[in-house]
Amino acid sequence: MTAPAEIKGVSKRFGRVEALRDVSLVLPAGELVALVGHNGAGKTTMMKLMLGLIRPTAGTIRLLGENPAGGDFAVRRQLGYLPENVSFNGVMTGRETLAFYARLKRAPAGSALELLDRVGLTAAAGRRVATYSKGMRQRLGLAQALLGAPRVVLLDEPTTGLDPEFRQTFYDIMLDLRAGGTTLLMSSHALTELEECADRVVIMNQGIMVANGTLAELRRKAQLPSRIVVTMADGIPAERVDSLAPGVAIRRINGHRVELICPDEDKIAVIRQVTAENAGVADLEMVPPGLDEVYAHFLRLHNGPRGEAS
Amino acid sequence: MTNVLIIAGREVRLALRNRWVLATTLLLAALALSLTFLGSAPTGRVGAGVLDVVIVSLSSLTIFLIPLIALLIAHDAIVGEIERGTLALLLSYPIGRWQVMTGKFLGHVAILVIATSLGYGAAAGALALTGSEMLRHSLVAFAVMVGSSILLGAVFIAIGYLISALARDRAGAAGIAIGVWLMLVLVYDMTLLGILVVDQGRTVTAGVLDALLLLNPTDVYRLFNLTGSANVSQFAGMAGLAGTTAWSAPVLIAALALWIVVPLVLATAVFARREI
Repeated sequence: MTAPAEIKGVSKRFGRVEALRDVSLVLPAGELVALVGHNGAGKTTMMKLMLGLIRPTAGTIRLLGENPAGGDFAVRRQLGYLPENVSFNGVMTGRETLAFYARLKRAPAGSALELLDRVGLTAAAGRRVATYSKGMRQRLGLAQALLGAPRVVLLDEPTTGLDPEFRQTFYDIMLDLRAGGTTLLMSSHALTELEECADRVVIMNQGIMVANGTLAELRRKAQLPSRIVVTMADGIPAERVDSLAPGVAIRRINGHRVELICPDEDKIAVIRQVTAENAGVADLEMVPPGLDEVYAHFLRLHNGPRGEAS
Repeated sequence: MTNVLIIAGREVRLALRNRWVLATTLLLAALALSLTFLGSAPTGRVGAGVLDVVIVSLSSLTIFLIPLIALLIAHDAIVGEIERGTLALLLSYPIGRWQVMTGKFLGHVAILVIATSLGYGAAAGALALTGSEMLRHSLVAFAVMVGSSILLGAVFIAIGYLISALARDRAGAAGIAIGVWLMLVLVYDMTLLGILVVDQGRTVTAGVLDALLLLNPTDVYRLFNLTGSANVSQFAGMAGLAGTTAWSAPVLIAALALWIVVPLVLATAVFARREI
């Protein structure tokens, strides 16, 4: 069976702007892929191409086996989409809005009510959408994206404007979907949140895919240094570390805490050194490079000596 | 087909909900009623049926008002939904773009059907209540007038969609819509009249004039209603034109139908290629 979504050598120009340059990407079934990048990196363009809202300048796209811009639109019954800054017609109630979308997807009306409950909008279902807060609209947007048990779900910045107390529920829903074999593509700025649940990370910069792999792979590729935060025992000055681990880059946090920055492969050796007997170390904390740092690294790599993209 | 009906149903519902239907119906009813009672004063109660007078005044009103209402509804249909971001979401659903367009068209025409038949029907109803005698053929002429008014509205809804599918933004669509309205409702006839006066029938013969009238849907409507029945054309002062025009009622209806189909097909084609 082919992958739910395949993008091959796709470029997209808007006049003089090259929004996407030669991007190839396969989204396998049951994976949650994080799409990360600055504004204007091409994330929304990629989703719109996958939906057939715009057509590629070059390359081919297959979504559920069809060309999204010209194939059989019936395959979109198995697709869910949450646009960035989702908006609905304000004069309809939440229940009516979801019922309308359920009819279009031929999903049973009962499933719409269940979804309203799942996103916590049952109490507000009879109110006009115009009275909803940003977070409630976002939840309604999420509910419509989940109608009809989709096989592919595209979420454009789903967590912006989401109420903090709903975030956990949101990630629970995502993980449930993935467990059911749904492919999820999620773009976000909240890199640290995606760190825990993303199977794969795709980093975009200025229309180019600069990285694509599991977080562990990207970490390895980036060869980012590990950081070890060392807390000295009472009465022992932080300077002591200098002699314990010679040649290791050290950043002083305060009088009795320092941060050691070393290449990943030296990690164990350094830990041995600082935990030697009578070293006077009270506590030790490992800080692996986060998605934020991996992301920054790949952007630096791509932008080269010119430094950060503006 | 189901998708088309779902979209049409939603458009009607939205228009009922945000009072579009109510406002349009009340406007048409108020104008129709005032024309019925004020307009019949100068003619008195002699001669032809009072309903014939109403037909003349109402169809003159329709030529200005119905295109304006239709363009107001339609110019926003595509570009407005793009700007509000609701179209991208709708098109991610299993629905074809032509279905969206057809559904909206059916819905918007249904709104016009409701508003026109209730609004103008109020005038006929009021006449019946006040005990005016109404001849059977006058009633038929009135029903035909209401029907053709809806057709004229449908023409301008289709034109509005074409504008909406082409326009870059809502403000642009509104501007073009007003321009098209002025052009077809006022400027075209003025220009034609000017040419006729200057030309004195040398190059613009009766045949050319007939053809030129078909090129403007409001003129087609005017010809259809004001020359349709002998009683009406006398009141309308169109008896002269009615005597010379080569077009029969079926031809005029066909012309209106063409004025609906061509812009609608063009709008669908433009919309199908448009990047959202």
